[in-house]
Amino acid sequence: MENIQQQFVEILGAEWGGMMFSLASNMTFIFAIVVPLLLGVAYLTFAERKIIAYMQIRVGPNRVTFFGIPWLRGWGQPIADAVKAIMKEIIIPTNANKFLFILAPVLTIMPALAAWAVIPFSPELVLADINAGLLYILAMTSMGIYGIIIAGWASNSKYAFIGAMRSAAQVVSYELAMGFALVCVLMMSQSLNLGDIVNGQKGNSLLNWYFIPLFPMFLIYLISGVAETNRAPFDVAEGESEIVAGFHVDYSGMAFTVFFLAEYSNMILVAALTSIMFLGGWLPPIDIAPFTLIPGFIWLLLKIAFILFFFLWFRATFPRYRYDQIMRLGWKIFIPITLVWIVLLGAIMQLPESIRNAFPLNIWF
Amino acid sequence: MIFQDILFYFFSTILIASALGVITVRNPVNSALLLVLSFVTCAGLWLLLEAEFLAITLVLVYVGAVMVLFLFVVMMLDINLDRLREGFWKWFPFGAMIALVIVVEISMVLMGKYFGYEEMPLPEPKGADYSNTKELGRLIYTEYVYAFELAAVLLLVAMIAAIALTLRHREDKKSTNPFKQVKVRKEDRIRIVTTMSAEKKE
Repeated sequence: MENIQQQFVEILGAEWGGMMFSLASNMTFIFAIVVPLLLGVAYLTFAERKIIAYMQIRVGPNRVTFFGIPWLRGWGQPIADAVKAIMKEIIIPTNANKFLFILAPVLTIMPALAAWAVIPFSPELVLADINAGLLYILAMTSMGIYGIIIAGWASNSKYAFIGAMRSAAQVVSYELAMGFALVCVLMMSQSLNLGDIVNGQKGNSLLNWYFIPLFPMFLIYLISGVAETNRAPFDVAEGESEIVAGFHVDYSGMAFTVFFLAEYSNMILVAALTSIMFLGGWLPPIDIAPFTLIPGFIWLLLKIAFILFFFLWFRATFPRYRYDQIMRLGWKIFIPITLVWIVLLGAIMQLPESIRNAFPLNIWF
Repeated sequence: MIFQDILFYFFSTILIASALGVITVRNPVNSALLLVLSFVTCAGLWLLLEAEFLAITLVLVYVGAVMVLFLFVVMMLDINLDRLREGFWKWFPFGAMIALVIVVEISMVLMGKYFGYEEMPLPEPKGADYSNTKELGRLIYTEYVYAFELAAVLLLVAMIAAIALTLRHREDKKSTNPFKQVKVRKEDRIRIVTTMSAEKKE
C-alpha cells in the first residue's frame, strides 16, 4: 500500500498525490464491496428459489446451465434473469411524475449500498472506521423508506399508493423496536463503533456473544429486520394477493430490478448487522486452533449466510400477517419488551461488584 | 483545506436552493421532498463542523422519521393550492416581521466583531478518536440533566395530548381483538359429529 502511495506522490506531487491516492484506494475498496454484494444478491435470489423449492418438495430453477457445465444446472439462472431485466423496456405511466418516478429506485438503492461503508469484515478490513458507526447505520437504513413512498406516490396509481402507505407506517413502527434493541447492544459494548462492538464480544467461545445475554433483543432485532425489509411474512407493502405488487406495480425492466436489488442487499445488510451485533462478527465460535485458523472474514460470511437462511425459511413457512396484527406486534409487544429490557439492563449494569460476583456462571453482568 | 471549502460551498448552494424551493414550489409533495434535501445537506455542513453526532441524528430523526410522517400526511391530503394562496396578503406583515428578525440575527453573526466576537475563540480541532457522542452524553446526563428531563417530559405530554385529542371510540366498529384470537383453541370452534354414512363404512 505504501509503495503505491509513494508512486502517487512522485507522479502528482505531494498535495495532489496523497489526495488522489486516498480517492483511488477508497474507490477500489468500494468496488471490492459493491461488486461481490451485487453478485451475492444475484445468487441469493437463486438460493431463495432453490431452498423454498426443496422445502415445498419441488426442484426449483434447473434449466439454465453455467457455461454448459451439466452438473451446474440452474446456476446460470440469476445471470439470465439479469440479462432479461436489462433488455426490458422501462415503461413510464403517462400521468406519473416522471422525475420522481425515475428518482425513486435510485433513492432506494443508495442507502442500501451506502450503509455497507461502516461494516467491519475483519479487524482491519473496514472502509470507514467511524466512531458513530451504529448511528450511521440507523440513519442510512431509515432513509431507505423514501424510495418506497416516492415510488408509490409518483406512479399515480391506487395500488402503488396503498403499498407505499402500508410500507411507510410499517417501517417507521419497526424502526423504533429495532433502535431500542440496538440501544441494549451499545449499552453492553459501551461503544457505537461496530469494530468495538465485535471486540466487546471477544472471549473463549460463543458464550460471550451478545445473543445469549440479550436473547429477547436478538429475536426482536431479527423479526424487526424482516419487517423493515418488507419481507414475508410482513410483505404487505407488496402483498401480491391484495395489491398486485404494491409500491412497484408500475415499474418494469431495470427500474424494477433496482428495487429488487435494494430489497435483497438490505436483507444481506440486516443479516450482516445481526451477525456483528449479536453473533460476534468475525470472531470464531470457539477460540482454539482449527477455528482460529479460518480467517475472520469467512466466519462473518458464514454467519451472514446462516441468518439469510432464516429469511428464506420464514418466507417458505409463515402465511402473511394481517396489517393490524403487524402494527400490534410492533407497537404493543416489541416496543414495551425493549423498553423494559433497557431499564433492566441499566439497573443490572449499576449493581455493585460484590453482588455481581455472588452469582456463579454469570454471563449477564 | 481547499477541499473542505469546495465541500462547504457545494453543500451551502444546494441548501439555499432547496430551502428556497421549499417555499416557492407549487406542489406540496415536492416542497416536502426539498425540505428533506435541505436537511440532508445541512447534515453535511454539520459534518464539516466536526459535529458528527448531531449531523447523523438530524438525518436519523428528521429525515428518517419526522419527514416520513410529514410526507405521509401531505400525500394523503387533497390540498387545494388556490385556497392556500388566498391568505397571502393577510399574513404578509407577520411573515415580513419574522423575515426581519432572521435578517437581524444573521447580520449579528456576520458583524460579530461589534458584539464581542473575539471573546469567543475558535475551538481547537479535535483528534480523530475524539467521540463527541460520549461528550454530549456526559453533558446531557450530568450538567443539563434537569433541562433534558424537562424537555423529554414536555414531549411526552404533547404526545399523550395529541393522542387524547384525536382518539375516538366508535360504537359500531368491527375490529377484532388479536389477544382473544390467539387464545382460541380447536374445541371452541369446531364440533366433530359422527354421521350416519360414516358409521355405515365402519
